[in-house]
Order: sequence, then C-alpha cells, then structure tokens
Amino acid sequence: MESLFKRLSWISATTILLILTSIFVVLFLYAKPAIAEYGLKFLVDSRWGVEVSQPTKPQVSPSTKSSATKATPTTTPKDDNIAVNDEDIAVSDEDIAVNDEDIATDENVAVNDEDIAVSDEDIASQVPSSADEAITADDDIDIDETSKHTKVIYGGLVPIVGTILTTILAMFFAVPIAMGIAIFLSEIAPQSIAKPVGIAIELLAAIPSIIYGMWGLFYFGPLVASVFGGSSVSLLVASLVLAIMIIPFMASLTRDSMNTTPNVLKESAYAMGATKFEVIKDVVFPYAKKGIIGSMILALGRALGETMAVAFVIGGVFTFPKSLTDPTVSIPVVLANSFAESNGISLNVLFYLALILFIISFAVISFAKFYFLRDKK
Amino acid sequence: MIMHIKDFSFTYKGASKPSLKNINLPILENKVTALIGPSGCGKSTLLRSMNRIHDLYPGNKYEGEILLKNLQNQKMENILEIKKENDFIALRQRVGMIFQKPTPFPMSIYDNIAYGLKLQGIKDKTELDKRVEDALKGSALFKEVKDRLNDDARGLSGGQQQRLCIARAVALKPEVLLFDEPTSALDPISTSAIEELIVELKEEVSIAIVTHNMQQASRISDYTAFMYLGDLIEYDKTETIFLNPKQQMTEDYITGKFG
Ligand SMILES: Nc1ncnc2c1ncn2[C@@H]1O[C@H](COP(=O)(O)OP(=O)(O)O)[C@@H](O)[C@H]1O
Ligand SMILES: [Mg+2]
Repeated sequence: MESLFKRLSWISATTILLILTSIFVVLFLYAKPAIAEYGLKFLVDSRWGVEVSQPTKPQVSPSTKSSATKATPTTTPKDDNIAVNDEDIAVSDEDIAVNDEDIATDENVAVNDEDIAVSDEDIASQVPSSADEAITADDDIDIDETSKHTKVIYGGLVPIVGTILTTILAMFFAVPIAMGIAIFLSEIAPQSIAKPVGIAIELLAAIPSIIYGMWGLFYFGPLVASVFGGSSVSLLVASLVLAIMIIPFMASLTRDSMNTTPNVLKESAYAMGATKFEVIKDVVFPYAKKGIIGSMILALGRALGETMAVAFVIGGVFTFPKSLTDPTVSIPVVLANSFAESNGISLNVLFYLALILFIISFAVISFAKFYFLRDKK
Repeated sequence: MIMHIKDFSFTYKGASKPSLKNINLPILENKVTALIGPSGCGKSTLLRSMNRIHDLYPGNKYEGEILLKNLQNQKMENILEIKKENDFIALRQRVGMIFQKPTPFPMSIYDNIAYGLKLQGIKDKTELDKRVEDALKGSALFKEVKDRLNDDARGLSGGQQQRLCIARAVALKPEVLLFDEPTSALDPISTSAIEELIVELKEEVSIAIVTHNMQQASRISDYTAFMYLGDLIEYDKTETIFLNPKQQMTEDYITGKFG
C-alpha cells in the first residue's frame, strides 16, 4: 500500500513536470521562426503587422514559387491579389452570361443573325481578354515582388505593456476591496450575515469569465465611460472588469485563511488591550499572511492570463493607451482574436507572444512566492 | 481585597440555564487564589468574566457584581457596568490573562512584549527596551532569549512561549493576572518553572489561577475555591481546603473520589 502511494505521488509529480516542460517546449518550437525573424527586438517593438519595404536582395528570382518559399511574409498579400483576380474573372464570366441573356432577348425581338454573330464574336473576344487581364495581373505581382520587396513587422510591446498595465491596475483595485470584504466576513459581520454573504461571494467567484466580459461590454463599460469619459472599451474598463472578476476569488480565499486564526490568539491580543482594528492588523493579518499572499498570487496569475473577460472590454487595438480611458490590447486577447486567421510567420508570432506570457507569469509568480513567502529566520 | 465577586451569575448566549450561579468570591491582594473543580464546572467562565473577555462574543448575560479596586482612590468599582471600548481596554490592561495554550503573537520576541506597551502609548525606544528587558528578567526568560530578541516568537519551546506570554502580561504592570490552566500543555520542567514564576509574581500582582492539578493548587496558592456545576461550594485558605475541608463534596473531590 505504502509503496503504491509513494509511486502514485511520484508519477503525478513527474507528470505535472512533464506537462509543464512540454508546454514550454511546444511554445518555443512554434515560436522559433518568429524568434529567429524578429529576435529580442520583438519585445520592444510596438509595430504590429506593419508592412515595410526592404531593399531587394540580388539573388531573389522573379519566379513566384521561389519567392514564396524565400520570403514567406510576402505570400499573404500576393495570395490576396490572386484571389482578387479570380473574382475579377468571375465577374467577367457574369458579364458574359449577361451578354447571353441579351442575345436571348435580341432573338425574341427577332433581330438578324448578323447581330447575333457579332455579339458572339464579342463574347469570344471578351473571354480571352479577361484571361489576359488575369495573366497580366499575375505578372504585375511578380514585378512588384522583385522591384519593391516588402516585409511585415510584428512587435509585441503593445500587448506586453497592455497585459502588465491591466494586471497591475486590476490588482491595485482588487486587493484593498478583497481585503475589506474578507475582514468584514471573518472579523466584523455577525455569523447570520457572514454566512450568506460568504456563499454569495463564492458563487461570484465561480461565474465564467466570459459572462463578466459580456456584462462589462454591455453594461459596465458604458457606465464607466459615462463617469470617467473616454471610450466604453478601454484599459480602465478592462482593469475594472478584471478586478471585479478576481475580487470574489481573492476575498473568499483570504477570508478562509483569516478564519484559521485561533480564537485564543485573538483573545490574548484583546486581553492586552488591543482594539478590533489592532487585532486584525497585528494578529490576524500576520497570522494568515501566507494564505493571504497565496490568494493574491493566484489572483495575479488569473489576471495575467485572463482572456475572455478582457477581450470584450479592452478594445483590441494595437496602440499604447495615452490615458486610462484609451483602448489597447493584451497578450491573451491578441492570441484569442488572431489565432484562427493566422498562418505562417504570423502564427509563429502568436506563439512567441504566448511564450512571453508564459515566461512573465512564471517569473512574476516565482518572484512573488520567493519574495513574500520565504521563511524569515 | 482587590476584586470581589458578589452574587454573580452568568448565562451564555442561547443557553437555557446559567453556567455560574450566585458566586461570591474575594480575590485578595498579592495572594494566589486557585479555582479548582471538575471539568465543565465553570472555572474558565468565571475567570473570563473577570476581565470581560466574554464580551468579544455578544449576547451573554451577567448578573450581580464584580468589583475591582481602583488603586487611585481605593474604591471598589463594578466592572460589569463598563460599556465603552476605551474602558474595556483599560480594564484588560489592569486585569491580564494567560491562556491554557501559549499564544505568542506572530511577531518577534521583542515585539511580543513591546506590543501591549505600544498599545498603552509608550513610544520612547529606550523606555520600551528597558520595560521589555525587565519583563523578560521578571519571567526568567532573559538569559535564554537575549541573543535572539528579533527572532519569531513562535520558534521558542512551549514552556518558553508560555513564559513569554506571562512576561508580556507582566510588562503592562497589571493589578490582577488571570491564569487559565497555564501549565496543562507543558512538560514537568516547564511547569515547575512557571509555578516558581507565579509565586514570585505575587509580590507585584494579585493572581487567580484555574488548575486541574490539585498538587499545583496546594503548592502555589494561598486561597482555594472549589466549584461544582456552576456553584461555588467552598472557599478558604488553601491549607484548610486541603487538610480540613468543611464540605463533604470538597473532601471527596480532593481525595479523588470524583472529578
Ligand atoms: N461558549 C459557550 N457557550 C455556551 N456554553 C458554554 C460555552 N463555553 C462553556 N460553556 C458551558 O459552560 C459550562 C462551564 O464551562 P467552563 O467554564 O469552560 O468549564 P471549566 O473551565 O470549569 O472546565 C459548561 O457546561 C460548558 O458547557
Ligand atoms: Mg476551562
């Protein structure tokens, strides 16, 4: 039995470690082309999806296939052009059909055969001409590629800053309120109030984040905008929605750890003449410190990676917010918004961002754990 | 007489009958008064009434009087009339309490003792240092901890922690100290250290101590009260209670026939 338990716990610990490593490795492998392309400059570059022209390299061949393999970023715009050309062709086909109908009506009116022949000739002449147009259009692209070589630049600075700002602001709003709620529930409110309110808060903590996002978009954002001005999707709204989302979570964990303070410890502080406030500040908080900081770290991690609640209310634009009420974007939101429509290097870029988010979360949480929870001897 | 409990009854919130009935008990100045009796007879309840720590939990009912001597004018004042928070604080600093389990605050050894002093409004660092040192010396702890005053108090042994709690209470220079089975969680060596300490302390303060341990009561107390099911059965000099009790029930308890 005992050896079984030992083995099971070993296996689960190893599995977790393996999963963590594999997440890191997969992120890294998919991010690698983007890392090779943009390097660490990605971290400080605020451009996102901006096309810049580059001097043509001499060995670039005019043929479409080789240029596609050599300069991946240019494939996207070229494909678009081709698609547009196809549409053009389709349109000219329709034109032809219209001409046929015209012919039919002409027949009904009983116009002579020559006219029909002429219109037939028109059709004949129109089809090859449209095909010619398509070919020339393709040629144009080839010429474009060889003459002004363009490259799409991706930089992660805006979403990185957006993530850090929303998280810091959310913690700034959430921590005092969550502490207040926890103190109220564990030390001030009588049992008859603390119980139902505590349950309500636990329920709030269980609401899926997308619901906070929808509520934020349709109700809370406009409300904040009407009070503070600015846009109804903004850094401020996103931080507030995030704060509201993590408050119940933090408050109920903090209350639980404050409730572990033994009554007799509080009583001995009261017996020294402490007031309620002093008992909370000097006994309950220090006693529950580890649990309280742990709850903050968990909430911080949640805020850093929160996607749905933020995606609705942050705006999703790649600009630095000049004020709190400006829209911006955060890493998880970029990932969620652009993942479906990305391929090639733009997909690698998303993995690069995901890797950065992973590293930020990991670093922040390890730092917090190390710094706040170390044992003072 | 420093305290006088008169016709005192106490009912816990929601309880159908009182846990203490018509208690009359003096606490003599600079003496040790022991409260003995079987478990559940109301010893802790009585002790906790004497600094009104019960009032942290609302809804309990007091009847009768608990008088405490005001050392300024030597008048006996009824502590059951206290209503304001400031007066509660003053009362608890005059009537200190030590609990069954050591309760070091989650802070350094120094801060544990300085805590109550700071609450009293003492800010001057040199005075704090002196009062902390005096209190530690007074509870025979100074030698053991003088090199690690800034360590977390929870790193001390159980016996040291309990002496720290006594030092912490003594530092406030209270008039009365209430001990609720202070040695029941400790080993024999720590127990005798604390017993010695209590005997020394009665030079400065008046002491009421709840104990389960009859030998302890006979060793350290001057007066003993025997309680049973919320009643005070007998109160007298400790010698009399142990050698020559007037009530049959007291004798039965002391000789170990029940309890
Ligand atoms: N918080 C409480 N609420 C209701 N009844 C209590 C409470 N604490 C103690 N009692 C009751 O009061 C009586 C006396 O308890 P206590 O003073 O703790 O006894 P002792 O300290 O002598 O063992 C017991 O019957 C106990 O059940
Ligand atoms: Mg008791």
